[in-house]
Amino acid sequence: MDDIDRQIINSLQGNFPIEDHPYQIIAERLGIKEDELLTRLGILLEDKTLTRFGPMYDIQKLGGSFSLCAIRVPLERFEEVTEIVNSFSEVAHNYERDHEFNMWYVLATESLSQIDITNQAIEKKTGLKVYNMPKLQEFFVGLHFEA
Amino acid sequence: MDELDRKIITATQSGLPLVKEPYQAIAQQLNIEADLLKQRMKKMLESGQIRRIGAVPNHYKLGYKANAMSVWDVPDELITELGNQLGALSFVSHCYERPRFLPKWPYNLFAMIHGKSKQEVSEKVQQVVILLGDHCAGYELLYSKQILKKTGLRLKQV
Repeated sequence: MDDIDRQIINSLQGNFPIEDHPYQIIAERLGIKEDELLTRLGILLEDKTLTRFGPMYDIQKLGGSFSLCAIRVPLERFEEVTEIVNSFSEVAHNYERDHEFNMWYVLATESLSQIDITNQAIEKKTGLKVYNMPKLQEFFVGLHFEA
Repeated sequence: MDELDRKIITATQSGLPLVKEPYQAIAQQLNIEADLLKQRMKKMLESGQIRRIGAVPNHYKLGYKANAMSVWDVPDELITELGNQLGALSFVSHCYERPRFLPKWPYNLFAMIHGKSKQEVSEKVQQVVILLGDHCAGYELLYSKQILKKTGLRLKQV
């Protein structure tokens, strides 16, 4: 990752234009060629410096639901349970954390009832209790990662 | 969200194509005019249905290797006041009230704290400890060990 990659990452964390030639607009701003921007973006996605590039939808504004859920997974079953949990398309993120509550995943579903339905299915398939911890109040969301 | 919006979401939720005319490419795939696609996406952006269009960096790869979910046990009657104070700190990226599960899980205030080292994170945590003072009955830091999945929203195709 060089300075140009850093500039690309920092300048592309929002406000990507909805215009016919959006990459051209960004490339001009960065002082590089459109082809170079496309090539570099491809590499940054390939080597997973970027996990995604595109529109981020707010599922709640689309009528859907989010919830953070935790499971206390016995260490010897961790891999197997990860496979089961990740197999659900409703699981948007899943993190391992160093705690007795060691698996933390986010469900993104199209309706509130699907949160419970999905968690019940996960409980059934894993035989483990799911702790559903939906947000009750939001105080702040945001942070800009400087590359 | 009507049927066309839904089609647009399913076509773009995994990312925009890396071609010179990405909206044109998606419009073609959906068999609609590019202008209609752009108009719909601008509308979703204005209404907040699209939070933003851009890149999602992998914070591990950017050197933010210490990412702690800090969880705090504070009195329910003070949570709004304390939550707003925590959320205002520059190093906190997400701050929420969530339900407790007593006795195993007494924590009701969650704040994500990011740093380039555990040392940096624990210095920041100390600031929170001071801020909450006697109101905090206990806290824990849950460091992430690995990302098991990160795909974001996936609407099913209709």
